[in-house]
Amino acid sequence: MALKLIRGYPEYMRESIELVEKTRPERIKNKEKEIELKLSMDERDKLLNMFHPDYAPGGKRSLRIGPNEGDIVPNEVADILEAWPAIDPDSIDLAEIDFDVDILIIGGGGAGTVAALWAVYEGISPENILIATKLRHGDANSMMAQGGIQAADRPWDSPVLHYLDAMGGGHFANKHELVKALTEDAPFIIKWHEELGVMYDKDEKGNFIERWGGGTSRMRLHSAKDYTGMEIMRVIRDEARNLGIPVLEFTPGVELLTTDDGEIGGAVLWNMETKEYYVVRAKATVLATGGWGRLHIRGFPTTNHYGATADGLVMAYRAGARLRDLDSVQYHPTGAAYPEQIVGLLITEKVRGMGATPVNRYGEPFVFPLEPRDVEAAAFIRECYARGNCVRTPTGMRGVWLDSPMIEELRGKGTIRKNLDAMYRMYKRFGIDMTQDPILVFPTLHYQNGGVEINANAQVIKADGTPYPRFFAGGEVEGGVHGKNRLMGNSLLDYNVFGRRAGISAARVAKSRGKPSTLSLAHVKKYAAIMETLNVPKHRRSPILLPDYRGRKVIERKIDLPVLL
Amino acid sequence: MLSGKMELLDIDSEEIMNSIRKAASPPEDAEDWVTIYVMGKPYRVPAGLTIMKALEYAGYRFIRGSGCRAGFCGACATIYRKRDEYRFRTALACQTTVEDGMYLAQIPFVPANKAVYDLEKIEFTSNTLLEYYPEIARCVSCNTCTKSCPQELDVMYYIQAGLRGDVERVAELSFDCIQCGLCTLRCPAEIQHYHMAQLARRLYGKYIQKKSPWLVHRLKEIERGMYKKGYEILKNLLEKDPEKFRKIYESRVRESEEKRIKDPWEKEVE
Repeated sequence: MALKLIRGYPEYMRESIELVEKTRPERIKNKEKEIELKLSMDERDKLLNMFHPDYAPGGKRSLRIGPNEGDIVPNEVADILEAWPAIDPDSIDLAEIDFDVDILIIGGGGAGTVAALWAVYEGISPENILIATKLRHGDANSMMAQGGIQAADRPWDSPVLHYLDAMGGGHFANKHELVKALTEDAPFIIKWHEELGVMYDKDEKGNFIERWGGGTSRMRLHSAKDYTGMEIMRVIRDEARNLGIPVLEFTPGVELLTTDDGEIGGAVLWNMETKEYYVVRAKATVLATGGWGRLHIRGFPTTNHYGATADGLVMAYRAGARLRDLDSVQYHPTGAAYPEQIVGLLITEKVRGMGATPVNRYGEPFVFPLEPRDVEAAAFIRECYARGNCVRTPTGMRGVWLDSPMIEELRGKGTIRKNLDAMYRMYKRFGIDMTQDPILVFPTLHYQNGGVEINANAQVIKADGTPYPRFFAGGEVEGGVHGKNRLMGNSLLDYNVFGRRAGISAARVAKSRGKPSTLSLAHVKKYAAIMETLNVPKHRRSPILLPDYRGRKVIERKIDLPVLL
Repeated sequence: MLSGKMELLDIDSEEIMNSIRKAASPPEDAEDWVTIYVMGKPYRVPAGLTIMKALEYAGYRFIRGSGCRAGFCGACATIYRKRDEYRFRTALACQTTVEDGMYLAQIPFVPANKAVYDLEKIEFTSNTLLEYYPEIARCVSCNTCTKSCPQELDVMYYIQAGLRGDVERVAELSFDCIQCGLCTLRCPAEIQHYHMAQLARRLYGKYIQKKSPWLVHRLKEIERGMYKKGYEILKNLLEKDPEKFRKIYESRVRESEEKRIKDPWEKEVE
């Protein structure tokens, strides 16, 4: 307000923009030579060790309970795993079953919707499926993915090469069978989308227009402008509505139900508006609750949707599922650092894929633009906090420039409006024209690399390493697919591949097996007893369901009157 | 020009992370303030916040009305008037900065009926959109839909294109629709614009866009098991000779021109 803005930027930032403009012609001329900045594996490791938030001390601790006891996870994650249950198990009457279904799907984003569709294709009738979701159907990170989805479908590409890219990007910690499934199913998923009428960017002959993603050796990113996630999500949601698959909105799962023979037999849901609980018994349960961005690990802003609070990790862990790779957090290198209103929001990697180079306050390139995300993010942090070659915003954020006008110069005027309209629109709303001026970026919390361990049939793995027969997971909640770092374009693919596999597996179980045996919350009581011995503070409860952004003053003055509860 | 590979001095990475946390935290105090009216009640909030963050600052905790928080999901459709102004305005709460004297209300839900169809069986003609959404014929060309669109789409034009059966034009003009439903709430002709547009886009994607010529070949190759051996070799290396696996990864050739490039794992296959 007090600051005078010139085309969206304060005057002092304009000075740095002029330097960026000055070096632009030279950089465009030498665009091909940027590859010289590419780091070797050893250089990558060194950079990560010094500047990636995962490697910096002080952010993690070891778990004191459960199948992963002793594993190191972010403090924010340990806080929700080592927490009292949100519900009191004794207040739930399990004798009265509100929904008795073949398949319960917890989560109404991409993975849950795909699972439901494939369960129907597999012969389950829609009324025997229930999707329970915390927000609205489709309010999910799936809706927000911008850049695209990977699939090796061109003659000079190969699913095995896609596999290799994903393994290397994940620091070789990925689970082989999952990466194989991911990359081998990918072309099939794209074909399915084509049949559903997803409007991918294509040329007049029907060829997909495919672009670069970081850490890949081929251009294999299929996109729909920069609304790829939204386009896929609204099509599959439309299809789920056509098929009449029931969806309970604003009714998240809060605890899984176990059975006396050690299986998962459904869940307790909670209607956030009426506050009543529902008991769901299901022959098969699919966990599709998404990731953890709203835990704001290490205080980072996030690209994630409002409900990304890792509820699925909590529920599955209490029920005895094994987690993996939770020590690694994905920070997307390019979150908005300015203006304040959009801090942390995603600037799709496609901006770099289409030719924009990250440069420092002097307009100098300092990193190969398409390193894997963790490496790229670490390089940004180094530039801002070790070398000081950053631009500071009026609210104290630091950032480097992403030189978006290069795209128009490299690929012609109008390219940004045609391919990156969501980005253009977002900046335009705050007075910045990214076709004319660079945009300021800094890493933002983006993705849960690990999660609930599954096998290639999307079955969740128990503490003892064997799979649950009736319990499946797909999408960001599961782990093993991406190892320690996911590549761009593999998350939309992940939820499609493993959502589908979870749906098919669940349908097969529902068809071949009867109802689960007696439902129980014994595992929750047991967990609560351990919380007592660990002296976990009573107010720390989970799943947390939603973040709390209310003003400090309000929270300090807030009182609950015991009359309108 | 290339300054990527340079050595550094002593680094305290924990201290860096603490600085980042501090920089990203909401400011403790603000210099400039505005007054907004949330469903009529006045609240003083820092200037420069989005409507969504301002409501939260004021003490509201959303259950409805907050989704992606980034302009993609349409959950935070908001209607408002400014003091002393007759104009009725619309916005996405997550993408709009608060202004002094805004009278705000959020739309928790939009009642609208989606037509049910089987895209495989649909007989696609120039009348399909009218057949499933006959109310588009009631359009009076008042342009209220276009004025209400927070994405600034040409909503009325795509309804008109829909009337003409020009599915391609509807698909193109409506592509950036986030389905917030504000057009549908404002329409005097009771049209359900965004649902019609969804059908148009799917028809376009399925029946007008050409199918990829390569995709089917790749599917056949996969079905024939062409990549089985490649996966098998790499799996064995991963288990038995991770160093070699790593080397293969490092020596991948990056695509540089539009022709097939041999990659190291293929040599293993041969």
